[in-house]
Amino acid sequence: MAAVLESLLREEVSVAAAVRWIARSAQSSEVTAPTRPQAWPESAFRDDPGEAAALSSLRPLRKEFVPFLLNFLREQSSRVLPQGPPTPAKAPGSSAALPGRPGGPPRGGRGARSQLFPPTEPSSTAAAEAPSARRGGRRRGPGPGRERGGRGSGGLEEGVSGESSPWAGGRRPRGSGSPGSPSLARSDPPNLSNLEEFPPVGSVPPGPAGRTKPSRRINPTPVSEERSLSKPKTCFTSPPINCVPSSQSSVPDTSPWGHGLPPGCRSLQEEREMLRKERSKQLQQSPTPACPTSESGSPLPSRTGNLTAEPADPARVSSRQRLELIALIYSSCIAENLVPNLFLELFFVLQLLTARRMVATKESDLEPIPGALDSLESPLFQSVHDCVFFAVQVLEHQFQVLSYLDKGTLKLLAENERLLCFSPALQGRLRAAYEGSVAKVSLAMPPSAQAVSFQPETDNRANFSSDRAFHTFKKQRDVFFEVLREWEDRHEEPGWDFEKGLGSRIRAMMGQLSAACSHSHFVRLFQKQLLQMCQSPSGTGGTVLGEAPDVLSMLGADKLGRLRRLQERLVAPQSSGGPCPPPTFPGCQGFFRDFILSASSFQFNQHLMDSLSLKIRELNSLALPQPEPSDEDGESDVDWQGERRQFAMVLLSLRLLAKFLGFVAFLPYRGPEPPPTRELQDSILALRSQVPPALDVRALLQQGLRARRAVLTVPWLVEFLSLADHIVPLLDYYRSIFTLLLHLHRSLVLSKESEGEMCFLNKLLLLAVLGWLFQIPTVPEDLFFLEEGQLDTFEVDTVTSEQGLDGMPVVDQHLLYTCCPYIGELRKLLASWVSGSSGRSGGFVRKITPTTTTGLGAQPPRTTQGLQAQLAQAFFHNQPPSLRRTVEFVAERIGSNCVKHIKFCQKKSPGAVRALLPEETPAAVLSSAENIAVGLATEKACAWLSANITALIRREVKAAVSRTLRAQGPEPAARGERRGCSRACEHHAPLPSHLISEIKDVLALAVGPRDPEEGVSPEHLEQLLGQLGQTLRCRQFLCPPAEQHLAKCSVELASLLVADQIPVLGPPVQHRLERGQARRLLHMLLSLWKDDFQVPVPLQLLLSPRNLGLLADTRPREWDLLLFLLRELVEKGLMGRTEIEACLGSLHDAQWPKDFSEELATLFNPLLAEPHMPEPQLRACELVQTNRGTVLAQS
Amino acid sequence: MILTKAQYDEIAQCLVSVPPTRQSLRKLKQRFPSQSQATLLSIFSQEYQKHIKRTHAKHHTSEAIESYYQRYLNGVGRNGAAPVLLDLANEVDYAPSLMARIILERFLQEHEETPPSKSVINSMLRDPSQIPDGVLANQVYQCIVNDCCYGPLVDCIKHAIGHEHEVLLRDLLLEKSLSFLDEDQLRAKGYDKTPDFILQVPVAVEGHIIHWIESKASFGDECSHHAYLHDQFWSYWNSSLGRHSCRILTSSPSATRDRSTNN
Repeated sequence: MAAVLESLLREEVSVAAAVRWIARSAQSSEVTAPTRPQAWPESAFRDDPGEAAALSSLRPLRKEFVPFLLNFLREQSSRVLPQGPPTPAKAPGSSAALPGRPGGPPRGGRGARSQLFPPTEPSSTAAAEAPSARRGGRRRGPGPGRERGGRGSGGLEEGVSGESSPWAGGRRPRGSGSPGSPSLARSDPPNLSNLEEFPPVGSVPPGPAGRTKPSRRINPTPVSEERSLSKPKTCFTSPPINCVPSSQSSVPDTSPWGHGLPPGCRSLQEEREMLRKERSKQLQQSPTPACPTSESGSPLPSRTGNLTAEPADPARVSSRQRLELIALIYSSCIAENLVPNLFLELFFVLQLLTARRMVATKESDLEPIPGALDSLESPLFQSVHDCVFFAVQVLEHQFQVLSYLDKGTLKLLAENERLLCFSPALQGRLRAAYEGSVAKVSLAMPPSAQAVSFQPETDNRANFSSDRAFHTFKKQRDVFFEVLREWEDRHEEPGWDFEKGLGSRIRAMMGQLSAACSHSHFVRLFQKQLLQMCQSPSGTGGTVLGEAPDVLSMLGADKLGRLRRLQERLVAPQSSGGPCPPPTFPGCQGFFRDFILSASSFQFNQHLMDSLSLKIRELNSLALPQPEPSDEDGESDVDWQGERRQFAMVLLSLRLLAKFLGFVAFLPYRGPEPPPTRELQDSILALRSQVPPALDVRALLQQGLRARRAVLTVPWLVEFLSLADHIVPLLDYYRSIFTLLLHLHRSLVLSKESEGEMCFLNKLLLLAVLGWLFQIPTVPEDLFFLEEGQLDTFEVDTVTSEQGLDGMPVVDQHLLYTCCPYIGELRKLLASWVSGSSGRSGGFVRKITPTTTTGLGAQPPRTTQGLQAQLAQAFFHNQPPSLRRTVEFVAERIGSNCVKHIKFCQKKSPGAVRALLPEETPAAVLSSAENIAVGLATEKACAWLSANITALIRREVKAAVSRTLRAQGPEPAARGERRGCSRACEHHAPLPSHLISEIKDVLALAVGPRDPEEGVSPEHLEQLLGQLGQTLRCRQFLCPPAEQHLAKCSVELASLLVADQIPVLGPPVQHRLERGQARRLLHMLLSLWKDDFQVPVPLQLLLSPRNLGLLADTRPREWDLLLFLLRELVEKGLMGRTEIEACLGSLHDAQWPKDFSEELATLFNPLLAEPHMPEPQLRACELVQTNRGTVLAQS
Repeated sequence: MILTKAQYDEIAQCLVSVPPTRQSLRKLKQRFPSQSQATLLSIFSQEYQKHIKRTHAKHHTSEAIESYYQRYLNGVGRNGAAPVLLDLANEVDYAPSLMARIILERFLQEHEETPPSKSVINSMLRDPSQIPDGVLANQVYQCIVNDCCYGPLVDCIKHAIGHEHEVLLRDLLLEKSLSFLDEDQLRAKGYDKTPDFILQVPVAVEGHIIHWIESKASFGDECSHHAYLHDQFWSYWNSSLGRHSCRILTSSPSATRDRSTNN
């Protein structure tokens, strides 16, 4: 391999030929010659027989070239980008990179900076020099795909623990942890905090070597005195001491920043002050900060963690030609998708660009060895200058990709002073791209979520087998949300554990789901909630169901933008785990994962898989409406925005669902490690190969490719596959999927832009997700560098006539960054460079001044607009989703139509102007007039639209709403009738509750005990009965139970009246009601009973032993009121004689005083015997009159 | 009418270990003349219920029941017309209606062959005439009409208040032309747990979005807010309605319409 590189360097072989040679190895020969980067000279494409000869001898090594190149670059950069512990003396194996010693002794010594890709195992005997020992003596399966390489356990740990990132994993060491027995490998801690390993070019390490600079620029605030004393402060002037490797900590502290600054001993203010001074000093020393050229030739010896970076100077690049060549071939490999992960390479290049300094080496190393220029004997990167030069070279070739990155990244690139220094042209292009970019992408995740609303069509009783099942589901839903709320409140508390906190509750709930039907109900709820909560990017919404008010929205619209940006900086994850993070379940997704794990219910998982599969199929085949083909130039962007939004929603939902499907489907097979022995692996393979896939993803992928919908299908498929276990890629079924994906990856050459080609950003999305997939721990690393023959089988007969999604600009930067947050690492890397070198970038970094809001607890003063939006949101939440879609559809169509109409303005106005003006008008005048007319017409149309459309729509809507209301709502009068009020009633009667309470008081007073001065006035009693009458006639507020109690109380009251038990207020001697008054009251009661009560009145209570007993206790007994009442009852037909008789009959059982029984008998016999006993005339008149008087008085 | 927390605390402070009788309520009214009787009663009732919840268990031990029953028997043996049961309840700091239930249950156990069912006891408490013993019937009746926090009459009053508030609320909604679904309509649609009203188009009140309204028609102290939240509101939220809600916990707003009557 090195030979190829050597011959390139010696210019024996042209770069173009070499790339073609490699590409052929990777791709079948029918593929045309690689498209060249624009920078290539025409001559580079001549095929030279000599070149061919030189290369043909190396044919068997072709497919090893790219991994070799990548590893070579990584290794060469190890001095600049030392990850983890400083690179120790290299193992002898590292000389594998040197020519003449191909293969070399086994590599993989511990601690060596690992290779990105271990050399692939050639399948032919030509690679016999590759001993199995090189792979640590592990037994290999046949074929390259079987090779498990030196990787240890996968990144996916079996973690039920509620830890924030039990899935945090990463590439296991390559070539380092591998050797030896499985037990050795297993003894390795499964976690990948070991940063010396993958990704070698990885994320910003928390470690040493100048890369440790806190990149947040927030004013640090000491929390408390104690803390600041007990612990060294780690604000940005003080590096974390404990991380400094010994070899570097021995370097004397001569840095200007750290000078005499024992960490933790100074106050922040002091440190700041010193910083300020130092900065001004520096600014004076180097007035041209953009391209600083240090006086001293050697890198500043400085402490790690220091802010300064070695200045890079284009004039001091050591071997330009060699670097240019390698940059060219490296760029070509990237352009041809010969590297597995485009963004990983970009990240690496940016790391080189922002390299701070060379790790100090022997002085001689810094001098180029004469005569070694064209070989690989001398280090490729001899200084920071070399690194930056190389990086800028590569970036120049990759400009097209860069130009599609988000605005923030472009800004950082355009403002990078090294880039400006090394290639002003590139800087200019980047600046132009930045200025033209509209792709503002926020790296913060917008919070969102609400609970799943009740859907009558699926959730009501009719959908359940029994009341019990329905009720159980209700309860389960409550438990589910209770668990969710608790998780939300507590999952960030240290020491809180999902399983411990919620596990038993979840399992108890799952235990109640006995019937299959209830499982499917619960699964539907679960899935809906999952979609609702996690659909937002990465589902890392801050508060999900949170009670906390949104602080930002409380501040009102002004300053909102600035505060949003501030929030973004504060909230955005500092690093999401490097450019190739392992699959994780961020934010609320963690809840759903842990729920599944804690529930550990087979039935639940099965139902969930069924449901997820169904939904995936449904969404995947969703016919995304295509905007009408535009006849005009640049069809209004309105249309595409709608398309994009819908596409993004579907895609994100699919990815989420597929991720969980993958999680559940492969859950039973997941283990920390690949099977240790071949025999074991074979038996597992034999078992697994007969298990049908949970969802026929291969068929869906094939369909997707055929219908040119890869941009929709592949991203979710990648999510699904990312959660596969170690065996999956070895199964024939899935291998064929990977083969398809590999071929797709190769075919997505970004520079190809022709008719029917996929859109650039669509390609970029697919490249990003595929590249990420190829780096997943469970995917064999050599899978990417498959034998060339395997890819020839790839055939997709696309229906070219039909324009599929792939050819439409459905992906924008926002979606790209949402699906692939790791691309944001590029920006973070650049940003950290800026913040690190803030001292020299002329105040580029602005300080954040903390803003406090006053009175957070107070009611949120919201803006009307925000409130309106919230109202609309709330409105849609409770309506079927179709309603929202309809409204949005209409709004969009109308909007776009309006825009179209305005364009007519453009077509028609010139014609009209021409027709109206005299024929002899000069052409120039005519065209000016036309233009002005168009402009004015447009302006007028817009003004009219803005002035009228809203008013029109409002009027329209108002009319429609009132129509609907009239049609729906029953008439208020009818409602009143229904309750039994008369039409004229104004509902001013006393409330029933008040009356019950009042009457109860009277009863209590009568029954006692009471104080001597207590009593009621007869007037009050009359008033009470009058009110009772009003209430009974109004009925607005009356409900049957209240009326029943009123009826009963009124009977009790009558009994007390009859027994003369009501204490009357008045002269002390009186204390009893006058007979006349009593009769009047009884008469009122009689009339209420007869005319006003609509419930049965329990009049028999009058003759109950208890009430009659009241009479028994009085001496002398007064019977006349009772007789009066009974006669009236009979007369008014309220009680029949037989009824009275029955009541009296039952009285015989009671134990009365003997004389009472006798009296009773004597008195009642005549009443019962006589059919009619007329009331004395006089009395009746008297009663009627007084009664009338009372009524008059009341009114 | 808005009651300040301090006012509320003052009222609640007065209610510590006060028997739930007419007399207590009367004293309360004299002490806080500016508050409506409905408000005072609602607070009284809630405070007393909290108290009963705390002490309920100790009155239901078999020893306690036995001792109460013996004291009752002795009391009525001496004088059946005296308020034996009511005094007993006040003495041991228990609600008269609940004391009546204990004694009635114990009495029926002694006099009936089968232990009395709950519905029989409830029916007798609603209508003491059904109690086979005349003296006990009077005693029970006395307890019930004198208890202002427990018992069938109080329950009925509370129910009536709840209903009245629903009606008032509906009228207000109609008056404001807000489109809503009431409980019956929601049930007909198959909703399992329903608040009183769901607004078909949410509204904003003082910057808060209102989706649904549940009128509790009782004084909204912190404790009851919390309890309702747990028992009901979360369910609404879970099942249907988004988190925006309006709970109305007040004392009777119609109190101002009533003529105040003092006995």
